[in-house]
Amino acid sequence: MGQRQKRRGALWIMSIEAREARQPWILLAPALTAICLLLIVPLMFIVVYSFWLKSAQGADTPGFFLDNWQEVLTDGFYRDILFNTLKISAITTIACALLGYPAAYFIARSKGNKLILLVLLMLPFWISYIIRTMSWINILGVSGALNSALIWLGIIGEPIQMLYNETTVILGLVHFLLPFMVLNIFVSLDGIDTNLEDAAASLGATRWQGFLQVTLPLSLPGLAAGGLLCFVLAAGTYITPVILGGPRDAMFANLVYEAIIRQLNWPLGSALSLLLLIVLGALVLIYNRYLGMAQLAKGLG
Amino acid sequence: MSAVSLTKIVKRFGEYTAVHPMSLDIAQGSFITLLGPSGCGKTTTLRMIAGLLDPSEGEIAINGRRVNDVPIHKRNLGLVFQNYALFPHKTVAENVAFGLNYRNVGKEEARRKVAAALDLVQLPDVGGRYPKQLSGGQQQRIALARAIVIEPDVLLLDEPLSALDANLREDMRVELKRIQQRIGVTTIFVTHDQTEALAMSDQIIVMSEGRVEQVGAPEAVYNTPATEFVAQFLGASNILPAQCTTVSGNELALELPDFPRFAIPRERGPDISQSGPVRLVIRAEKLHLMPAGTSADGILSVAATVENVDYQGQSARYFLRVGDQHLQAINMIEDHPFTTGAQVVLRFRAKDCAALPLEKHS
Repeated sequence: MGQRQKRRGALWIMSIEAREARQPWILLAPALTAICLLLIVPLMFIVVYSFWLKSAQGADTPGFFLDNWQEVLTDGFYRDILFNTLKISAITTIACALLGYPAAYFIARSKGNKLILLVLLMLPFWISYIIRTMSWINILGVSGALNSALIWLGIIGEPIQMLYNETTVILGLVHFLLPFMVLNIFVSLDGIDTNLEDAAASLGATRWQGFLQVTLPLSLPGLAAGGLLCFVLAAGTYITPVILGGPRDAMFANLVYEAIIRQLNWPLGSALSLLLLIVLGALVLIYNRYLGMAQLAKGLG
Repeated sequence: MSAVSLTKIVKRFGEYTAVHPMSLDIAQGSFITLLGPSGCGKTTTLRMIAGLLDPSEGEIAINGRRVNDVPIHKRNLGLVFQNYALFPHKTVAENVAFGLNYRNVGKEEARRKVAAALDLVQLPDVGGRYPKQLSGGQQQRIALARAIVIEPDVLLLDEPLSALDANLREDMRVELKRIQQRIGVTTIFVTHDQTEALAMSDQIIVMSEGRVEQVGAPEAVYNTPATEFVAQFLGASNILPAQCTTVSGNELALELPDFPRFAIPRERGPDISQSGPVRLVIRAEKLHLMPAGTSADGILSVAATVENVDYQGQSARYFLRVGDQHLQAINMIEDHPFTTGAQVVLRFRAKDCAALPLEKHS
């Protein structure tokens, strides 16, 4: 009798455990379904497409052809644009880090008004990214604010063409990505006990030495997470070079757009986008190998 | 020459005054404690001495040198925090050696000093580990080693034991005192824990609301509180309204409702100069409960009723009523504690009472 009761008790406990084990999957199910249908399945389509061939008649020929991949991997044009894209992303990331770190440090160490400063940081996200990018035309354009001001001051006689080059593309990207960098660095700085800097100072380190010895190394994970985020977002950007770049400033995502929308060459576009995905995926893997994804999750949260 | 001397230092944060004019001289090698509840200004005072805060007024001198304008990294102080503040990305040995890097100490000598400091805190074998791999008590010992390895002029301890659990705290208290006596460094200890203050200090400075309430040796502060605040803050005290009827050369005659008339020695009420209303302070552990009917034996006694008992194992706290007045007593338990409703006799000695004037401002 007692034994049966005990057994029933065990069954009861097991069913609770089983239910508890099931619960996360139930909660995750809608998101997993969405990811599967909207990300995994289309990605599979693109993988399959990349091996098809666009025939001269304009129709796609299903099959297993390596022509697109051969073109993508051997054509110097694509390679140059890929390297240029990575270069622009790297410059953007470094600029964001240099500009973002002091700002993040200021916010993390400010007392009381941290929340307001963070809201101010997020404020630009309320305005469309395209509008924000186009605002540079009003600032740097031939009849923009800067040229008008310089002419009014008599420094120049004729307006200067400042737009539509690589620098303005980087400027637009920095403008777009800086908040991501600041947020990531802020999160890791905010988690550092301020007593550590005081302790370093009491032991004889100047504020700058204490920063280099203690705060900077402890905030590196946030800096790296912000860097990765900025780099990946910059490398995949497509609107900024369209709005602020010249004809020679196309980035890799613009090639994909060209191939798919203009030339209706889905197989080639698929191969190009997969190449970018592989390059950026490799970067993420390297990052994960050395720093772990947990920090990135922290920064995004 | 005092190790540390504060001259009328004041700290204001906007409209709020955290520390009112405060002067203090701390002797070489002594262990002094700033004691008070949170918000009393004790940590603010410590941070001003450390150089983490600038005083709004007044002067701070360390070993006779004015340090108001000397930045913290040039003051040569050892600082220990409540939350240890060890550098998490450095090993224990690197943590302890941190201060030596800024002091022209050769590599070999630094290694020797770090080993000696780790020996002193009785953790000689953890140099290669990271702070996270150590327990809270061990981390605090490392923090102490890091602070003393630089041979500071003054050791500043900001509630260093408060993050530890009760048993460990008592061990660390003994350990900290042993180390301090061994190296003889002038130490300023900040705490809200009266037990720590009483056990460790040469001098206690009791603070409340940014003001010094009393300065004295632990026994003096405990036995002869200068203010009602000190009486309440250190241990459990009964504070009763009383009338001083006569002030004579060596005695104060007192009258309390429901109590027999009695007189206390003159030095137990040094601030009473004339007859009139006063307050009588008697510590809870100085009231002894006896079964009702016990003969007076010439000791002061008063009849009381037990209203409530707070049983604490080896001792009990009794809530008592004498006439209309409520009192507390803490007694060791010999056999069984008295029960609620018991009629008892409270016995106490006149020299254990203290009298405070009605209005006393420090």
